[in-house]
Amino acid sequence: MDFNIFLIQLLNGVQYGLLLFLVSSGLTLVFGIMGIINVAHGSFYMIGAYLAWSLAGQVGSFWLALPLAIALSVLIGLLLEWLVVRWLYKRDHLYQVLCTYGLILVFEELRSVLWGDDVRSLPVPDILNYSIPLNATLSYPVYRLGISVVCLAVALGLYLVIQKTRLGMTIRAGASNRDMVQSLGINIQLVYRAVFAAGIALAAFAGMIAAPVSAVAPGMGNHVLIICFVVVVIGGLGSVKGALIASLLIGLVDTFGKVLHLEVAGLKLLPELSSMTVYVLMAVILLWRPEGLFGKKF
Amino acid sequence: MQGQGAYAGLALLAVVLLALALVPHLVEKFYVQFFAKILIMGIFAMSLDLLLGYTGLVSFGHAAFYGVAGYALALLTPQYQAANFWTSFPLAIAASGLVALLIGFFVVRMQGIYFIMVTLAFAQMLFFLFYDTKIAGGNDGIYIDMRPVAKIGDWQPFNLDNFTHVYYLVLVMFVAVYLLLRVVLASPFGRVLAGIKANEHRMKSLGYATFRYKLACFVLAGATAGVAGYLAAVQFGVVNPEMMGWHLSGAVMMMVILGGMGTLRGPIIGAAVWMLLELWFQGLTKHWHLLMGGFIVLTSIMLPEGLVGLFSGLVRRLLGKHGPEARPGSGGQA
Repeated sequence: MDFNIFLIQLLNGVQYGLLLFLVSSGLTLVFGIMGIINVAHGSFYMIGAYLAWSLAGQVGSFWLALPLAIALSVLIGLLLEWLVVRWLYKRDHLYQVLCTYGLILVFEELRSVLWGDDVRSLPVPDILNYSIPLNATLSYPVYRLGISVVCLAVALGLYLVIQKTRLGMTIRAGASNRDMVQSLGINIQLVYRAVFAAGIALAAFAGMIAAPVSAVAPGMGNHVLIICFVVVVIGGLGSVKGALIASLLIGLVDTFGKVLHLEVAGLKLLPELSSMTVYVLMAVILLWRPEGLFGKKF
Repeated sequence: MQGQGAYAGLALLAVVLLALALVPHLVEKFYVQFFAKILIMGIFAMSLDLLLGYTGLVSFGHAAFYGVAGYALALLTPQYQAANFWTSFPLAIAASGLVALLIGFFVVRMQGIYFIMVTLAFAQMLFFLFYDTKIAGGNDGIYIDMRPVAKIGDWQPFNLDNFTHVYYLVLVMFVAVYLLLRVVLASPFGRVLAGIKANEHRMKSLGYATFRYKLACFVLAGATAGVAGYLAAVQFGVVNPEMMGWHLSGAVMMMVILGGMGTLRGPIIGAAVWMLLELWFQGLTKHWHLLMGGFIVLTSIMLPEGLVGLFSGLVRRLLGKHGPEARPGSGGQA
């Protein structure tokens, strides 16, 4: 493999992995802190992308649409926690899965009502719409680099908030003992609501920044959700560090899996089978460590 | 009192069976096929109840096994010819069982939430395998132009091109699966499964190799789902990746919860209610998923014990009995 092609695939893999991290960190945070498994999490990736597309069309600027869309998704998150999720805290995971599965149907259908079933595309914003030339024929789009940088910044921000601030301390305390935190005079309900909204906003934000480089399409959240499950299972449920490492691993394995299969086409490996590589990786890791790389033992 | 209850139960069962047997003589084709679909979903829901209600394994990827059997029939059907029912049926069930064995080997060592996510992930892996590759028509699926032929020598006991015959085949399989699962659950094997659900650690310390029991249960449930998947492929004459999709996995889970899990008859009622709701909502609006989704959200919050639980709760209240109540996952806030 040529070095430049390798570099491009490496950057693509890292970018995909970091995007996955944004979505899966929300999933793992909501589970780790609130004990809620939200299978509708992927829907917010879709909602984010559609919000960005729709608002950018309304206000005429991607950069103006972005903060609006973030504010809207936080609002949706708060509303959803108040309307639905708060009834699920003490419930068995089974009911959490069912209830949030119902939410997927609702969101998909609302999307269909509001924005239709067509595949949309959002142009890359002008400021970032150029490429860095690598050699005579190959170049790398700056927007994709931008995605990676933004994701890294968000990851760093998450780390700082959770580990270094008073709010983060409260959140971590709430994760280990809800009742104790409550009796210390902290409104844990409010903290949960904020965490849930933040998790939702992370997924939606990932959808927004991914929208210009991928199609804005119905069902786009479902595939991401499944891959995020794989990420979270590999990384260990509730571990943000695990989610980061597993996301990068999946991003790279998936990207290189596709390329390498094409290269050894002589071996009659179906290129379509490359989508299986991440699941095979998951199976292998589960045999070795059923609780994931950074998970707590059962 | 106990004896009377048993007789009443048997009488009720006889009436229900008789009514089901008379269906093709009473209603037109559309409803015969609709009833067949309910029975197929009933088989499917019972198979999931084995995992969900009796063993405590929350599988969110059960449609995979349903779909595998359907695809097995499609792939066993030669082009422009019909498959043999007597070979394709057991082979399709075996295919589902085998896939359940492979997936189960990885997943039954998982606990709780991991089990949910990993079953879903593996099911989606199969979904994408059939969706992305050209093995069987890709995302369009594949038509089964000729329904399987059930000939023994020259004698043909039933003809699957006839929708009434399909209905009776489904009904016979439905009763057979129900009886089989009843026997299995009453057997020592079934008692071990109940023990695993109640307290797996204790079962382990009693010396049971719970991994093997759970794997066997997973395979049995997968193979039973295969029965439903095969029958569905026969009835509809088409298979597509949606048969393995998580929408179906979620729907069948909902049927089990709706009826009340851990009862076998609950999932059957759940399947019937679900199918009727679907029919009703589809008639109301193009965006019927909205109603279905809302219904699921409300039910899972407000009716953790399903309709059977609601009904028996009402009966308990009316009779003034205060037996020990098992409330699965009750938050009690709704």
